[in-house]
Amino acid sequence: MVLYSILTSYAIVTMIPFLWALSASFKPLAEIYEGGLNFIPQEFTFQNYVAIFTEQALFPRWLFNSVFVAVIGTALNLIFNSMAGYALARISFPGRRTLFITILAVLMIPAQVTMIPNFLILNELGWLNSYQGLIIPGMVNATFIFMMRQFFINFPREVEEAAAIDGLGRFGTFFRIVMPMAKPALAAQAIFVFMAFWNNFMAPLIIMTDASMYTLPVGLNAFQSDYGSYWNYIMAASMVFTLPVLIIYMFFNRFFLKGMSFRGDK
Amino acid sequence: MARKRKYTKSQLREAGQGYLFMSPTIFTLLLFLIGPIIFAIFLSFTRVQLLGDTSFTFVGMENFSRILDDTRAGIALRNTAFYVGVVVPVQTILALVLAATLNAGLKAEKFFRIVYFLPTLTSSAVLVMIFMWMYRPDGFINSILGGVGLPTYNWINDPNIALISIMIMNIWATAPFFMVIYLAALQDIPDSLYEAADLDGANAIQKFLHVTVPLLRPVTGFVVIMGIIGTFQLFDQSYMFSGGSGGPDNSTLTVVLLVYQYAFAAYDQMGYAAALAVLLALVILTATLIQRKLQKDEEVY
Repeated sequence: MVLYSILTSYAIVTMIPFLWALSASFKPLAEIYEGGLNFIPQEFTFQNYVAIFTEQALFPRWLFNSVFVAVIGTALNLIFNSMAGYALARISFPGRRTLFITILAVLMIPAQVTMIPNFLILNELGWLNSYQGLIIPGMVNATFIFMMRQFFINFPREVEEAAAIDGLGRFGTFFRIVMPMAKPALAAQAIFVFMAFWNNFMAPLIIMTDASMYTLPVGLNAFQSDYGSYWNYIMAASMVFTLPVLIIYMFFNRFFLKGMSFRGDK
Repeated sequence: MARKRKYTKSQLREAGQGYLFMSPTIFTLLLFLIGPIIFAIFLSFTRVQLLGDTSFTFVGMENFSRILDDTRAGIALRNTAFYVGVVVPVQTILALVLAATLNAGLKAEKFFRIVYFLPTLTSSAVLVMIFMWMYRPDGFINSILGGVGLPTYNWINDPNIALISIMIMNIWATAPFFMVIYLAALQDIPDSLYEAADLDGANAIQKFLHVTVPLLRPVTGFVVIMGIIGTFQLFDQSYMFSGGSGGPDNSTLTVVLLVYQYAFAAYDQMGYAAALAVLLALVILTATLIQRKLQKDEEVY
């Protein structure tokens, strides 16, 4: 069937670079340089993975930096975006409309404009080369504030009223009743925010001046320019880098597509 | 109801809670988004001195007029325009064709979706590493091409090819992402429209061109504008491919890479870099607004 052959050949085109990289990560360097197009390593070895963790002094550190920044950054985003979305949907305060419009407008501004001033501001604050320099400017996200607002507008009011009758205040209601019920929206958001932190290249490149403070994308790039010919190590590092996102994707696949179609509708 | 001048106690408390809930957002918005936007516009009219005490000298339009005389800015602009002009149409058409094929009711739809999504999940750094390795003169891609008797290329170091290498990689990486967006929209098209077309004796290609494509116009608008915004901002790939230089022979130099070079590789050029960034933002904003306008006009019909 024609359709299947189109789809299958494109699926193969998509898979090949990953499979090729995966196979190289288990090959000794000599086998890579012999050339040959075998996907199954003739001499299967874990040595590349062992080497990047033991011999490459900074690799474990980069992995830690990436995990730390992405986890803290995602947690802050989940809390703050939800709080803002909730306030915009439910709490009446003067200036609410102005704030909402501002957040919508900010969605349209490309990051390159804020890149240089943010560098100068972080420099003044003494936050260059620090975790907070990477986390704090990204701790809220206009797209997801907007998404959470839409979610809370459609959220049943009765639940909150019941909580109020039970004597919970605004904060108790929000953190103990509303947030646990927002799990699907939070899950979709967590995936996208985590990926954005995890995969970000430009911000850590500019903010982190010390090699020990690099996150994986910048580290990988530095590694490649220093040890350009050790493709076995680079591919092993690339696989370690990709694995967490793949695992998250496998677990949260359905939220992913939901989040995608939310974006597609807008 | 007349507007109250005085707030009651509970209204005040409500407002306080509102601001409390908004405070992290307001803080970040002011310090890292709105402040910087105003700061960037200010910077674009100044010469910035960073060594010792930071100083800003007002220079009027000097930074903007300098862009006209800057050969590298011209090259970066041409490269970026060429890149946008090729990548956006190709990835949009590819995404549409893939989505339409996938939507034809095949069993393995879920499997294909997962496979196609892989590049979207993967960091640009990893994708660049994998492709740089496959693009080597004696690498995977040349081995395949040579094996079937096609010409081979020096993908990374030939100035005529380097930008095209990045294009191929990025179309490969982003077309499936847009495919998923198309797929969601395709599933909303009622079957009755295709059945009507069947009665008129339309074949598969006619149905695609006369039913599917027109109905997807709004989604296509979205995909095109997302594509334009994304491609104008090309940075990671050209930075990594060229080791930050934009080479060989400026062939992978993009506007954002040039902004980066002026701002962070030559520290005294920040004002000029800000002017370039502001100009790029204006181009992207204009494209967005034109697209919104077109989309609104369309809804009127």
